[in-house]
Amino acid sequence: MARIVGIDLGTTNSLVAYMKDGRPCVIPGRAGRAMVPSVVAMTDNGLIVGDPAKEHLTRNPARTVYSVKRFMGKGLADVQSELAYFPYSLSEQGGVIRIKLGEKTYSPPQISAMILKELKQRAEAHLGESITKAVITVPAYFNDSQRQATKDAGMIAGLEVLRIINEPTAASLAYGLQQRTQGTIAVYDLGGGTFDISILKLKNGIFEVLATNGDTHLGGDDFDRVVADLFVKEILDGYGLDVTQYADYMQSIRLEAEQAKIRLSEEPATRVILELPEGKGRYTRELTREHLEVLTNDLVERTLAPCRLALKDAGLTVVGIDEVVLVGGSTRMPLVRRRVQELFGKQPHCELNPDEVVALGAAVQADILSGGTTDMLLLDVTPLSLGIETMGGVMSSVIRRNTTIPASAKEMFTTYVDGQTGVDIHILQGERELVRDNRSLARFRLKVPPLPAGVPRIEVTFLIDANGILNVSARDVRTGETQSIAVKPSYGLSDEEVERMIGESFKFAADDLKARQLIEARTEADAILHATDKALGRGRHLVGEEELGMIRAAAEALKRAAAGQDHKAIRAQIAEMEKVTHHLAEVLMDTSLKEALENKKLSEIT
Amino acid sequence: MARSMCWHCQSAITGEYFCERCVKVQPVSKETDYFTCLGLARRLTVDVNKLEAKFYELSRAFHPDFYQNKSETEQAISLGNAATLNSAYRTLRDPVQRAEYLLDLEAGAVKDIRTTPPADLFDQILELQETLDAYRETDRTSDPAKNLRAQLEEAKTALEQRQRDMEAQLARLFAEWDALQDRGEANDQTRSMREDILKRMRDVLSNRTYVKNIVNDLVATIG
Repeated sequence: MARIVGIDLGTTNSLVAYMKDGRPCVIPGRAGRAMVPSVVAMTDNGLIVGDPAKEHLTRNPARTVYSVKRFMGKGLADVQSELAYFPYSLSEQGGVIRIKLGEKTYSPPQISAMILKELKQRAEAHLGESITKAVITVPAYFNDSQRQATKDAGMIAGLEVLRIINEPTAASLAYGLQQRTQGTIAVYDLGGGTFDISILKLKNGIFEVLATNGDTHLGGDDFDRVVADLFVKEILDGYGLDVTQYADYMQSIRLEAEQAKIRLSEEPATRVILELPEGKGRYTRELTREHLEVLTNDLVERTLAPCRLALKDAGLTVVGIDEVVLVGGSTRMPLVRRRVQELFGKQPHCELNPDEVVALGAAVQADILSGGTTDMLLLDVTPLSLGIETMGGVMSSVIRRNTTIPASAKEMFTTYVDGQTGVDIHILQGERELVRDNRSLARFRLKVPPLPAGVPRIEVTFLIDANGILNVSARDVRTGETQSIAVKPSYGLSDEEVERMIGESFKFAADDLKARQLIEARTEADAILHATDKALGRGRHLVGEEELGMIRAAAEALKRAAAGQDHKAIRAQIAEMEKVTHHLAEVLMDTSLKEALENKKLSEIT
Repeated sequence: MARSMCWHCQSAITGEYFCERCVKVQPVSKETDYFTCLGLARRLTVDVNKLEAKFYELSRAFHPDFYQNKSETEQAISLGNAATLNSAYRTLRDPVQRAEYLLDLEAGAVKDIRTTPPADLFDQILELQETLDAYRETDRTSDPAKNLRAQLEEAKTALEQRQRDMEAQLARLFAEWDALQDRGEANDQTRSMREDILKRMRDVLSNRTYVKNIVNDLVATIG
């Protein structure tokens, strides 16, 4: 059987892992970094993904997409409250968000597919073989539409998605393999955009999920946002400058907020420095961990209610939890660790890298599917109750939340009017009484032979498969005939749309190695030219006339090479450019070090 | 097992879930009840450790994870079997669901059990409903509210005790039922005894649901 890789398709970062000699390991890129930032940018040279795209966040914000996972399986109305935070333009088509990049619009699965392709190519380069099959992880609390959208993304990227598995359960597989743990564990997974809590029972290689809960709209992004909001307010108060009108600058603020937050996990205080736009000066402040914790306390509190609900659904109290495991980059925050420890009364585990553990678990699951690992088995649950609309706009539950999957339920339908030839069925997901408070998944029309009212008997089977994805089938009990059902998803792509996108992705793909190398070289050329411009802006006085001339000449030569088709020529000019700007970079580094030191002294004095 | 022939090689099946000749997985028959599926006798008292062990064993046999390289037919059978197995385990693991299921198997139409208040508590419960309504309409910080709250607290404690009593009562009825089944006699006397136990179990179950709903209501109101 062909190799299956495990992929963690994250809000902020994505990774690909595989099983090597019975151990899961992540696949690094050329630069040695395992994580691919989940960022896609449309540049003049074409689409780019990951680290190089991340640089475009501030340079080209309207055409650089980040945190696309927040839009998977959603309509525009679902994200209305946070539209202001995203610099790119969003619209909606048939219940699916569309993101505008240049002239074209893309669905979230298409953007995710670009990230998946990058991971696929990375794996292919590393393993030296074609990769066509994958296990992809999703937050445990993802609903059916979000899971389906993830599966669609895989297909568009040219991957057969053999399994969608839940991130916290994937993490438990990695931990279970490592530590041979037995007993009841709680996995607390706070990532870039989503929060999950899962309670599992581990016994003799069986990983049985007892309950899961979460919030698919709560993560590191939200933490960055409250810090960024503070900066924005202080800049407005102190400088009379409303920075929210500068899309590119808002990205700098967001990134600086993120960096400050990350530093504060290690240090008690950190200095924030932001050069204001249009030469309005410099905003600088000291941010303490204590202050960060005041700002983010409510967000951390919000994770605790799902923890309590999950415990209740598992029929347990905190006393029944033997181990607590932390997953996701946001669990590096000391406040998060403290709160989790207080809630469960136990020191949480974080031996495995919280950024990598989900991808490692996905690789273990991939190995189980390919028959490599046979002693481990994951029994997961469906996170949300599945139901159908009944009279009066009430949801009637068909499969309860936290039911072990695969799970099936049968419902009998009949007619109310003589000669009625169809019954409309509306499928929902959620825990609330009324239809309008739950998530609409899909609608379909059941075909019924024209008969007196109440005579037809159509049995509908709702089956949630091991991916947590719903399949519906119907059978006429009188004739025994089965009928195929065309389900119209409320917030998803139809099969035809996915097919079309797969076709497009092949057509537009820069899969051809030469084209890809050219795009990469041009992107790098752009980046170095941009950086040199910036450096000369700041450090013109640090270089002599002769040196300046050399830099300008090299820049012109590089621009000419980048306009051509030869990626090797571009690479050669990039090397030349690096050589002539080496001195400038060094003196600039010295000056900024000095400035930073002077700043520090200034702050110590004041 | 109701099934007799392997879907693949058409030989007679002697194994439990796999054809002994071609080793293909066989669909769990629609007629197989949950007790049979999990290898248990039709009894209300169940050894939960044994139940879990069998569930894990069969999960390893049926789970779709292990059928990735098999034919589409086998994948479909694995999916159906795993779903049935999960339903069976969920039902039998919970004592009340287990009882309702068994009652349904033995006597049918358990779904028709209405939730009724225990006869001896009828007046008390009417009164409690009024107190609940009054409390909901009173300003929570006022003195009358405190008084009403105290009454509700007291009622909650009493009803929770009642719930525990009913659990014990059910457990005794389970044991009685199982003992009768173990005797395996099929005469008029055992038949009427069975009827009697069934009726008492239905009564307890319907009261139990009613009391549970009220307690949930109380918890939601006074915490």
